[in-house]
Amino acid sequence: MTQNFGTKRIVVGAHYGLRDWLAQRVTALLMALFTLLVLLQILMPGELDYDRWAGIFAAQWMKVLSFVVILSLALHAWVGVRDILMDYVKPVGVRLLAQVFAIAWLLGCTGWAVQVLWRL
Amino acid sequence: MADTAKTRPGTIHLIDALQYRLPLAGVVSILHRASAAILFVLLPFVIWMFDASVTSEISFSRFTSAFVAGLGFVPAWLVKLAVLALIWSYLHHFIAGLRHLWMDATHSVSKEFGRQSAVFTLALSGLLTVLLGARLFGLY
Repeated sequence: MTQNFGTKRIVVGAHYGLRDWLAQRVTALLMALFTLLVLLQILMPGELDYDRWAGIFAAQWMKVLSFVVILSLALHAWVGVRDILMDYVKPVGVRLLAQVFAIAWLLGCTGWAVQVLWRL
Repeated sequence: MADTAKTRPGTIHLIDALQYRLPLAGVVSILHRASAAILFVLLPFVIWMFDASVTSEISFSRFTSAFVAGLGFVPAWLVKLAVLALIWSYLHHFIAGLRHLWMDATHSVSKEFGRQSAVFTLALSGLLTVLLGARLFGLY
């Protein structure tokens, strides 16, 4: 009989688990760096009035970066919410409903955030 | 065999799980999820604040007045409470998340590191929440 364990194990599946896990980490790192970047600009000397605050996000490079972070947030939150639902919500119908709601919720929020960002 | 089958706990409900005394790393872990849930639920409020604060000077004054005069039928103290919940959630999720990334990257998985970094996470997020919360509610 051929060996099917250890390094000889026949790996099956589409690696969705690993992909989601990695995506959540990469998006987390992106958002963490973005947080520090925004904090750094807020903590610059001078009063934080409307012009300075809006000016932070009005710069084109900041817009593009914020856009990437908004998408990252949606993906990150989807992986996390899906994990939570898979752990605590066992009835398939209820879980499906909750997952559909989570997707709609996150897509709606993403659209709104992008709209706010892009009309600046 | 029949004896062990009898003593099995069976399905664990949340009410049973609450009776476990979690190690600090476990507390950080469940709070990581709780803070995620709060951030998820309050996401539209975050985007409303972003919208109001950057769109125009007029909307900016609507944003600042929400903390003084309230927002529609929501009183100002409730707006501040929601922001305080966001502050704690973000801080805890941020620091606990960095702790996870650090553990993933360095494989520093030991009981001692788990406990110490959990203490650090709880202390730092708690301290910063108190500081920012006091500022939010105008204590200094």
